[in-house]
Amino acid sequence: MNGATAFLRRIAPQLVTLTVLLLLVALVFPGFFEISIANGRLYGSPIDILNRGAPVALLAIGMTLVIATKGIDLSVGAVMAICGAVAAAAIDQGLGLVPALALALGVGLACGLWNGLLVAMLGIQPIVATLMLMVAGRGIAQLITEGTILTFTHEGLIFIGAGAFLAIPMPVLIWIATGLLVAFIVRRTALGMLIEAIGVNPRASTLAGINTRVLLIAVYMTSGLCAALAGVIAAADIKGADANNAGLWLELDAILAVVIGGTSLLGGRFSIIASLIGAMIIQTVNTGILLSGFPPEFNLIIKAAIILVILVLQSPAVRTAFVFLRREKPSAQAKAETVAQ
Amino acid sequence: MSESQPRLRATAVTKTFPGTVALDRVDFTLQAGEVHALLGENGAGKSTLIKCLTGAYRRDSGDIVLDGSVIDPRDTLEAQGHGIGTVYQEVNLLPNLTVAENLFLGHQPTRFGMISGRAMKARARAVLAQYALDIDAGRNLEVYSVAVQQVVAIARAVMLSGKVLILDEPTASLDAHEVRMLFDVVRSLKERGLGIVFISHFLDQVYEISDRITVLRNGQLVGSEATADLDRVRLVNMMLGRELEQETRESGRTDRPEGAPAIRFRDFGRTGRIAPFDLDIHKGEVVGVAGLLGSGRTETAEVLFGVAPHDSGRAEADGKALTLHSPRSAVANGFGFCPEDRKSDGIIGDLSVRENIVLALQARRGWTRPLPAREQAAMAEDFIRRLDIRTPDAEKPVGQLSGGNQQKVLLARWLATNPRFLILDEPTRGIDVGAHAEIIRLIEDLCAEGMSLLVISSELDELVAYSHRVIVVRDRRHVAELVGAEITTDNMVTAIASDERETAA
Repeated sequence: MNGATAFLRRIAPQLVTLTVLLLLVALVFPGFFEISIANGRLYGSPIDILNRGAPVALLAIGMTLVIATKGIDLSVGAVMAICGAVAAAAIDQGLGLVPALALALGVGLACGLWNGLLVAMLGIQPIVATLMLMVAGRGIAQLITEGTILTFTHEGLIFIGAGAFLAIPMPVLIWIATGLLVAFIVRRTALGMLIEAIGVNPRASTLAGINTRVLLIAVYMTSGLCAALAGVIAAADIKGADANNAGLWLELDAILAVVIGGTSLLGGRFSIIASLIGAMIIQTVNTGILLSGFPPEFNLIIKAAIILVILVLQSPAVRTAFVFLRREKPSAQAKAETVAQ
Repeated sequence: MSESQPRLRATAVTKTFPGTVALDRVDFTLQAGEVHALLGENGAGKSTLIKCLTGAYRRDSGDIVLDGSVIDPRDTLEAQGHGIGTVYQEVNLLPNLTVAENLFLGHQPTRFGMISGRAMKARARAVLAQYALDIDAGRNLEVYSVAVQQVVAIARAVMLSGKVLILDEPTASLDAHEVRMLFDVVRSLKERGLGIVFISHFLDQVYEISDRITVLRNGQLVGSEATADLDRVRLVNMMLGRELEQETRESGRTDRPEGAPAIRFRDFGRTGRIAPFDLDIHKGEVVGVAGLLGSGRTETAEVLFGVAPHDSGRAEADGKALTLHSPRSAVANGFGFCPEDRKSDGIIGDLSVRENIVLALQARRGWTRPLPAREQAAMAEDFIRRLDIRTPDAEKPVGQLSGGNQQKVLLARWLATNPRFLILDEPTRGIDVGAHAEIIRLIEDLCAEGMSLLVISSELDELVAYSHRVIVVRDRRHVAELVGAEITTDNMVTAIASDERETAA
């Protein structure tokens, strides 16, 4: 079908990059693709990547929509900390699992509402508007945890971070389900087109009768909700809410995932699936560096170098050069690929 | 300076952009000690000509001669070195630096390689004294009024260049007193022998200050005459002119629909945008709006459509009051609006032709009720055929189409919502002749189908061709209404050109 091939073409660069990275890691670490089942749960490096990548993948879902409107949400890391703290505190106060989760997700929505109001109603630049909550959020989270790491032993909450359903770890199920659900909603309703229209030309969109403000607020609230989910998972994973470190710098990884996914920071066309693959690319780099046994102090530098290569390969300049080569003579394509590797 | 050798002479300057000829062999001659007004509607080529003269654009062909020698400025800095300085409407200075620093930025007086603040202030005071400006050169520029900033900008431009001074709408944000002060400065510079190019939309000011007027239209030179020999009616004629000589009729349509008006506006207006006006529109009627740029014609459309919501008056249709406080509510009431600036206000450039066409309808249905993909495709195909939109397919990004086709896509967007009242602001600007004729035919067809239209145009002949009624706007006020046989270009020109004193009398 036409739509399917267009979709495949859209996510092809991300898929190719991910595959190449996985193969590279497997080259350095031969046992990479080994997967086993123990205690009703899958184990192995690929599973580990899917599992560890859950927070960034969840953040990338909301971030994709925000960036598609030509915005950015710097507060997601801090919102993770707040919501993790809220969930832990609620459980500690003796609330049940469902009320605690509802409270945490509600707080995430409220954080998104705050960002959305600042951007849509007051017209504050997104980077500034969300910077406020990015800075203040960790303070709020510390107030909730009263400066300590708030630990808990509630089985249900821990299950969200460490449990497995049908042998698949819960975080993996959550991010895949959320991603598919959001992608389905925006593409099966008119939301996706309206969001893209706002991102490309907000003024013309308003003149065409689109309710720009409500849509912007909804998009930031989605981002807040995704951050809340990520925050709960992060807290459940370590069985405690760490206001200082939960989600620290993850907003940058989420933005990076969206960019690797090929959505322009200038707004407009977006793909949630591509952003999710982008999140997995980042996690593959993280896990790969750990597995390949480089000294940990090199991690950040190696990660930066790999991402630089990915972005350069995706840049318009290189792409046009690539297309040019392919048109010149077909054999040049193979050459270019070997060079790229 | 001898009269025979002009200060600046540009001959046959041509500049093309992809798809349009912005300047077509335009000649321009500026004498020393002359204030030369450069006039024309939006898109006439004024700013393109200025940018070619100042090196901001590279012209395609044509010669520029300054004081007898050929120059070829590649950027504004080089033009400045030759002696051509420009002051823009928005002052291009740094408000957080002092007046003196602004005057001498990049050319500060130095002592032993260090900037000498004292010398700079003293020289600034001397420079400003020439402009009868008694201000503290040590204070930040931002504490002074726009008029003072404007004079500082002029002083800087004159100091750095000193032969030709270009003023691009310098009076747009000044009050009457400040305009007087600025004009005093301009006159003193004129006596010092500078050639001054003055761009403005205010005809009163043009007549007050200029010695000579050059008019451009659609990138071509219409004429250049001494101000004293050119009366207002002829000037407006030159600016708005005749385009469709052969196709048009002499006067407006007389087959005006009878009966109760479909939509009534009473005392409709917004402070500072357009004075309250009454407007009745019948089913199947085309109301034209004539006026110069900045007269209130676009403001009329924006108030009607809720872009700048009205703060006085009311609107009703079929005996029911309409809420028109935002474009969204206007669309809900069956209004449509094709704005003047297609690129920034109309098209969503990166989205496809199909998406642009369904956008307004989809926005009205709400996000929860998406138009099925098949219906969207059918709708796009239908409009592409009906309006003859030239595009390889419906999935092409609309930003890659030509101006005329973009305009048709915008029209299709509103026709898809099946509006009862469609507002078109300059629907034929900047599009080629073929598309131009098609859009006029479409306006007539829509009106025959019973749609009510309000069409704003600076092509007066066009208004004559399709209007049942024409409203003339001037100084942000509806000043005249011409009906049927009264609608002639001459009558419109007279109504536009008659200045305030006559109307008041």
